[in-house]
Amino acid sequence: MYVAVKGGEKAIDNAHAWLAEERRGDTSIAELSVSQIREQLALAVNRVMAEGSLYDPDLAALAIKQSRGDLIEAIFLIRAYRTTLPRFGGSNPVDTEQMICDRRVSATFKDAPGGQVLGPTFDYTHRLLDFKLAADGEVPQAPSAEIAQADTPHIMSFLDRENLIQTEPEGPETPPDLTRSPLELPATRSLRLQALTRGDEGFILGMAYSTQRGYARNHAFVAELRIGAVSVEMDIPELGFAIDIGEITLTECETVNQFKGSKTEPPQFTRGYGLVFGMTERKAISMALVDRALRWKELGEDNVGAPAQDEEFVLYHADNIQATGFLEHIKLPHYVDFQSELELIRKLRRAAMGEQEAVE
Amino acid sequence: MEEMNDRNAARKAWMSLLAKSDTSTLTQVWGALGIAPDFSYLRAPEIGGVMVRGRAGAVGAAFNLGEMTVTRCSVKLASGVVGHAYVQGRDKEQARIAALVDALMQTKDAAVVQATVIDPLAEIRRSSQASRAAKAAATKVDFFTMVRGED
Repeated sequence: MYVAVKGGEKAIDNAHAWLAEERRGDTSIAELSVSQIREQLALAVNRVMAEGSLYDPDLAALAIKQSRGDLIEAIFLIRAYRTTLPRFGGSNPVDTEQMICDRRVSATFKDAPGGQVLGPTFDYTHRLLDFKLAADGEVPQAPSAEIAQADTPHIMSFLDRENLIQTEPEGPETPPDLTRSPLELPATRSLRLQALTRGDEGFILGMAYSTQRGYARNHAFVAELRIGAVSVEMDIPELGFAIDIGEITLTECETVNQFKGSKTEPPQFTRGYGLVFGMTERKAISMALVDRALRWKELGEDNVGAPAQDEEFVLYHADNIQATGFLEHIKLPHYVDFQSELELIRKLRRAAMGEQEAVE
Repeated sequence: MEEMNDRNAARKAWMSLLAKSDTSTLTQVWGALGIAPDFSYLRAPEIGGVMVRGRAGAVGAAFNLGEMTVTRCSVKLASGVVGHAYVQGRDKEQARIAALVDALMQTKDAAVVQATVIDPLAEIRRSSQASRAAKAAATKVDFFTMVRGED
């Protein structure tokens, strides 16, 4: 029996009004401003920009406020907003060699030209709660030192000079775009990298961790991790030349991976790559490990059947907005679907009970 | 894109600086300039997105990293000079001022605009970069080689 159900408008309106009140919380406590979120919860803002796939710290901060700190809900808001923007064009690929680095470390070369610069990191902190932060307090100014005007070349370029590292193939000038055409398999590396950089941090971290624990282990070293500002340049048709249209903070991770050679490739180091909006170090390292695992085919490696090698599994489950959309829809009314299930199980049960009685 | 001549290189430099300037500073230096030219819009300020690209392994095939918000605007002064702007973010006023500055930089007022708008913006940018770089330099690691056991 088909029953059309309508109603609940008033309940929905009232629920949303209550949501707004709960979002504000106790009114005797000062309201949080969007700029406070942008400045003081910067890493949450970075994550929302990376997975929302839109670099705009003010919008990301607004989304976090609106979503009451539910970052996946905030990413959802950003993705929805993004679709309303006319696309002015595509930038030239960013030149990360020219990054103005806040942080730049190498786990493979101690004396990397340009040096090891820690930047504002959680590394080497004791992970003890700092109760001083619970009280209002002035922050002492961070120490400064004389700036050495040294270039910071990519570590990989040194290995490249000795031909010890696999070379990266060229690709088309205009890469395929997930936001314009649905994901089709097999995916090119460009498409995989786009899916990974906007993928859920927790999911990518879990997949990366699985490779470290032995599911398609790829022996990764962090050759270089750098965080800093890069200019974004775009060709402007009305000018006939390119200008910088802005500056963004990026995290880049390059891994160098042990590789004994395969049917098609000589023994050499291979590479994985992570590049993510904002200061998003865990995500960038995870992305590089998963990128490397997904490259088994082009490097002539064996498919050992590990989840991180399975392009379909990784790419179709990395997007937290697709995932949450499908997952959360099952809590919405399914009265008719369930009615038919109920009819079916009653019928089967009647038949089974009938048979049982006949046997007895 | 063709080989860039000196004029285009100079224009690229000021347009790039305007794109990366923050709105409150730009509004302030624009106010200090005190020129309110007659103009019409060829393209009223418009908010949109640009797909930012990277390269696999920093050197290989291009891939789409994600979009950024950009606001663009084109103006035409009464004299017929055209100014364009593409600025980061969603501030229409910033785009309007940047387009006017681009137009004025192509007129006889260029020197005063350079001194009142462009030079201060460049100085602010240089000093904020230097301040970050100095803090980064203070976190640079000096390694000490420990004496090892073998002879």
